Amino acid sequence: MSESTAKPKGLTKWLLGGNAVLVYLFFYAPIILLLIFSFSANRNVGTWGGFTLSWYEEFLDNEPIQDAIWVSLRVAIASTVVSVVLGTMAALALERFTFRGKRVFDALLYLPIIIPDVTMAVMMLLFFSQALDLIDTVFGVQFTKGFTTIVVSHIAFNISFVSVVVRARLAGMDEKLEEAALDLYATRWKTFRHVTLPLIAPGVAGGALLALTLSLDDVVVTQFAAGPGSTTLPVYVFGLIRRGVTPLINSVSVVMLSVSIVLVLLSLLLQRSGGSGEGRANPDPDESEDPLDVDDTGIVDDGHDRRPITITGG
Amino acid sequence: MKRTRTTTRRTLRLAAVPLALALVAGACGSDDDSSDAGDSGSGDTETTEATEGTEATEGTEAADGGDAGSDMATAECAVDEVDGDLALYNWAEYIDPDQLQEFADQYGISATMDVYDSNEVMQQQISAGNSGYDLVVPSDYMVSILIASERIQPLNQDAIPNLANLATEFQGLDYDPDSTYSVPYQAGTTGLAVDTAVVGTDFPRSWGIVFDPALADEFSGAISLLNDPRETMGAALKYLGYSLNTTSQDELDEARDLVSSARGNLAAFNTDSADELLTSGETAIGHGYSGDMFTQILETDGGTDQYVYFVPEEGGTRWIDNMAIPFDAPHPCTAHTFINWLMDGEQGAALANWNYYTTPNEAAKPFLDEDLLAFLEDPEVIAGGEESLELIVDTGDFEINYSDAFTEAKG
Repeated sequence: MSESTAKPKGLTKWLLGGNAVLVYLFFYAPIILLLIFSFSANRNVGTWGGFTLSWYEEFLDNEPIQDAIWVSLRVAIASTVVSVVLGTMAALALERFTFRGKRVFDALLYLPIIIPDVTMAVMMLLFFSQALDLIDTVFGVQFTKGFTTIVVSHIAFNISFVSVVVRARLAGMDEKLEEAALDLYATRWKTFRHVTLPLIAPGVAGGALLALTLSLDDVVVTQFAAGPGSTTLPVYVFGLIRRGVTPLINSVSVVMLSVSIVLVLLSLLLQRSGGSGEGRANPDPDESEDPLDVDDTGIVDDGHDRRPITITGG
Repeated sequence: MKRTRTTTRRTLRLAAVPLALALVAGACGSDDDSSDAGDSGSGDTETTEATEGTEATEGTEAADGGDAGSDMATAECAVDEVDGDLALYNWAEYIDPDQLQEFADQYGISATMDVYDSNEVMQQQISAGNSGYDLVVPSDYMVSILIASERIQPLNQDAIPNLANLATEFQGLDYDPDSTYSVPYQAGTTGLAVDTAVVGTDFPRSWGIVFDPALADEFSGAISLLNDPRETMGAALKYLGYSLNTTSQDELDEARDLVSSARGNLAAFNTDSADELLTSGETAIGHGYSGDMFTQILETDGGTDQYVYFVPEEGGTRWIDNMAIPFDAPHPCTAHTFINWLMDGEQGAALANWNYYTTPNEAAKPFLDEDLLAFLEDPEVIAGGEESLELIVDTGDFEINYSDAFTEAKG
């Protein structure tokens, strides 16, 4: 918007530059050290003992760690898919509609973000233990905590994060585009599918990545929602330090880190292509394609449920 | 395991490094059919099936009967009876996964192990009910808490004939004198490890080498003490000739002044890497846990020739981790069978040879690794004899005085 391309000069330039260097150093120096020491032959973290790949070999041989990674991944993917759908729906409802109790719902949605992990964890523990008792009494089926309960607890906090991110995107989007689609006889669903969703896609993708990351990271809530056979990687690694920290933990972390970097790059790429998709969705001439499709179906359809005109008017 | 009650959050962050992990590694790891941990996660069905099969057991009934049952019944199990899969809740790396698999194969069930990093996390899981675990491994003081709150069930000793293998020094323990609720799993002590290259070989086996200025000043800057109120105040109390569970404020104050005066000679108060500081040469005398120190010493070049671990003659801490069955364990008979199986000589030895802690299993001794046996049998390791050791007992409201005294001593 404003022409803020002026370059800082003199002292300001140096201070800003120095600040940037410090910030990046602060972020990345520990990571670089972690990386370096994952190749150290000395079993003491922090003491260099020559180059070795043995910690990576041990990592590949270590069954409990691999089981834990597998559990973590499945939990993360399952909880992300569900929370993205529910979170996006919640965001749409709150951003586009007014309904009774909206304010309360709005405030309550943020609660999981605000309350401390431990509180959430203990709530989950009590909830699952009571719920399982109830299921046992009512249906006579005994379930134990495990994979499913971890997924449910992760969905519970992820919905909030996803909906916050998606709402930010929705708020910045021009509602007139939707109105235009509706004007052109697109049904609500068609409008969502061809106009709204492409426009908020980067927000949805961002929310999904955030959810994935939070789920893969979580220790406290997971520890309390877990049951037999469902130890996740962070919980396992946290337990491992009781035996002392060896570079094995570094190697696990480096692998985790590499994958997360790949994920971040992917999401950047995705957002870029999402960006061009946005361009298409803009009221360009080419965009008339989509509404045309819509119009086709619209014609086949009987006209009863078309109420675009009222909506535009309102 | 180390019994520090304060948990370090350091590695939490490390572990929490975003994520994501290892799609790669996950893919590699996904197809190891040999382990059950992988599939049981997916399997509520599996668990459910097994559970239904068990509904008849008394253990389950007693548990369902609710939180109240002061007259909790023991499970009616025969020797070697299994009533479903085993869900073990244990400290990380405390049993060889292959050994657990061996148990599963032998009894035709599957066995999974989940890990916790503090007694308190395990306590919360068990206390809420419906944890799904069949066997847990609480430390000594936690056993008394779990007994008092009726969160673990009395054992059916008829189903554990190998209880006869329990070494005499592990019988009649204060927290569970008749093994009514728990059977020792592994144990250890807290003491000092020294680097003889620096300290020489004729050092006094006394807490004096860290607390007596006449002895300690020589190693100034090369001594580390545990960063744990009960352990370090306990060491000072022992040196002064008091109980490490004292509730006398005067004795505690005296110990506080002692630790405070020793501070000038310390390199660090360190719990997580006392063993590493020693073998990397940063310290010459380290206060630490037997299992950690011993494992570290064996893996270092100088080995037991250069490094010596001992509990000073004034005495020190003994800690014991125990097997116990949660009040609502779905498969109490499998749990009894597992306890009995681990109390077998060869299995007990396999356990100790893998984690290198002290075995409470007398019958295991003939099968122990030489190194480990030499360490366990060496009379000089526990310089004051078994009687000089004390379990750390929960002092209730006085706990805070220990924390305060330690904080003051650290300055």
